[in-house]
Amino acid sequence: MSSLRTQVPAVEGWFTTPTDGSDPVLIGAQCGGCGTYVFPPRAAWCPNPACSCTELAPVELSSRGRIWSFTENRYAPPSPFVATDPFEPYALAAVELEQEGLIVLGQVAKGVLAADLRVGMAMQLDLGVLRSDDEHDYLVYTWAPASEGAA
Amino acid sequence: MATDDDLMILGVGMHPWGKWGRDFTEYGMVAAQAALADAGLAWTDIQFVAGADTIRNGYPGFIAGSTFAQKLGWTGIPVSSSYAACASGNQSLQGARAQILAGFCDVAMVIGADTTPKGFFAPVGGGERKDDPDWLRFHLLGATNPVYFALFARRRMDLFGATAEDFAQIKVKNSRHGLDNPNARFRKESSIDDVLNSPVVSDPLRLLDICATSDGAAAMIVASREFAERHLGSLAGVPRVRAVSTVTPRYPQNVLELPDIATDSTAVVAAAERGFKDSIAYSAYEQAGIGPEDLDLAEVYDLSTALELDWYEHIGLCERGGAEDLLRSGATTIGGRIPVNPSGGLACFGEAIPAQAIAQVCELTWQLRGQAGARQVEGARVGITANQGLFGHGSSVIVSC
Repeated sequence: MSSLRTQVPAVEGWFTTPTDGSDPVLIGAQCGGCGTYVFPPRAAWCPNPACSCTELAPVELSSRGRIWSFTENRYAPPSPFVATDPFEPYALAAVELEQEGLIVLGQVAKGVLAADLRVGMAMQLDLGVLRSDDEHDYLVYTWAPASEGAA
Repeated sequence: MATDDDLMILGVGMHPWGKWGRDFTEYGMVAAQAALADAGLAWTDIQFVAGADTIRNGYPGFIAGSTFAQKLGWTGIPVSSSYAACASGNQSLQGARAQILAGFCDVAMVIGADTTPKGFFAPVGGGERKDDPDWLRFHLLGATNPVYFALFARRRMDLFGATAEDFAQIKVKNSRHGLDNPNARFRKESSIDDVLNSPVVSDPLRLLDICATSDGAAAMIVASREFAERHLGSLAGVPRVRAVSTVTPRYPQNVLELPDIATDSTAVVAAAERGFKDSIAYSAYEQAGIGPEDLDLAEVYDLSTALELDWYEHIGLCERGGAEDLLRSGATTIGGRIPVNPSGGLACFGEAIPAQAIAQVCELTWQLRGQAGARQVEGARVGITANQGLFGHGSSVIVSC
């Protein structure tokens, strides 16, 4: 039945959801004045106190980075997280992006747990299903160990 | 010698920490009356109330200052109410301090009380809020508070060689410290095995590494030097607040902190040499004109066992990466060079958010007066508290006598 569900992002504008087989990317924002980056993206107000620019433009962020730290949830987080029943442990990783000097927290791809990770490990962006209803799979960005030779 | 910039602590009081689910104002009233009795003052002597807000109790909680002024009986005095998450009590103290040092009043009550639900803290209020980062971190990531504690714990393991036994040792130490503390909720000795056999919540942290959520209340009566001298005759041995730090981060905040999904970028502006959590105590030391070498004890925010190790470094007890050695040396145990969390810390209390930063100062007060009983740090004259409230609230207080 899952093939009948439409895949939609769980949150608008944070990442691409390519249907042509290309790799997904995170979408951040970049300041038109000082050039700094922001994630999650927003349209206005540069966070750099030395910059008075008010306009930020959407920008694709590095899809690769290295683990700053990680953990694994062994208990179901409370609502508004939608947990599977029975709950399956999953990992989370905070990944320092290659170019932008941002650390982004994300779920780790299904099946990759804390024992498979270490600080400094190369990761790449992926997409996973956060939750589903009768009509939709809601997608969220995830981190997966980078393929050989990457990062 | 007390100066005009010092705030004298005339009285402190607490309602024991626990889990009863009663109206938070009941706990607050007990703490308020205890603090007044300790100060030898009547409620009608108090000229200002600074309340720390509790957010799970609707608007009487959001307006803690007036809630307690009404409950104690309206006297017409001005009030304030502060919300700074775990640092709310600290902001209330700073509010009372500012009023007194500005000369707007001479004596004030600082008060915080909480009643808490079981289990994980979750976003307050229902409904879908896709523009609220606190809602989104739960919805998209399941990033509970222990997830963030675990990220810091894991970094200690992978960067500095911390072990699960080191984390457990913090719990063992604090559980011994708090054994005879009448205000502590958990008064049972924990062993290394107890901690290591408790279930993993957010790897590498186990249930006994993570502090519980508790009900409780704490209150203080603080006054100007002049008022205190008039009231007490002599200021000898009276604990005084030398510094209150309420710093926020400086851009770019490049450490992933609760409740953020991402850090600031360091692409354009390099990270400051002194990070946010280092700056919290640093600001307090600067105000007081002392350094970590002058301390006799510290009360730090052990939301997790591993975070206590981070605080050793952030308040300058040792170099970055040196906390495990400091712990293993016994220096931070009562009887050691610089006891940390002689009260038993959050390990023995659990967290009653708006009361907790005030409770830390209550402990310093009892210690500096020599009234801490079995957990007394001998000869304690200078102490520091350190705490961080989510959404960027630094909190540190230095008390000396």
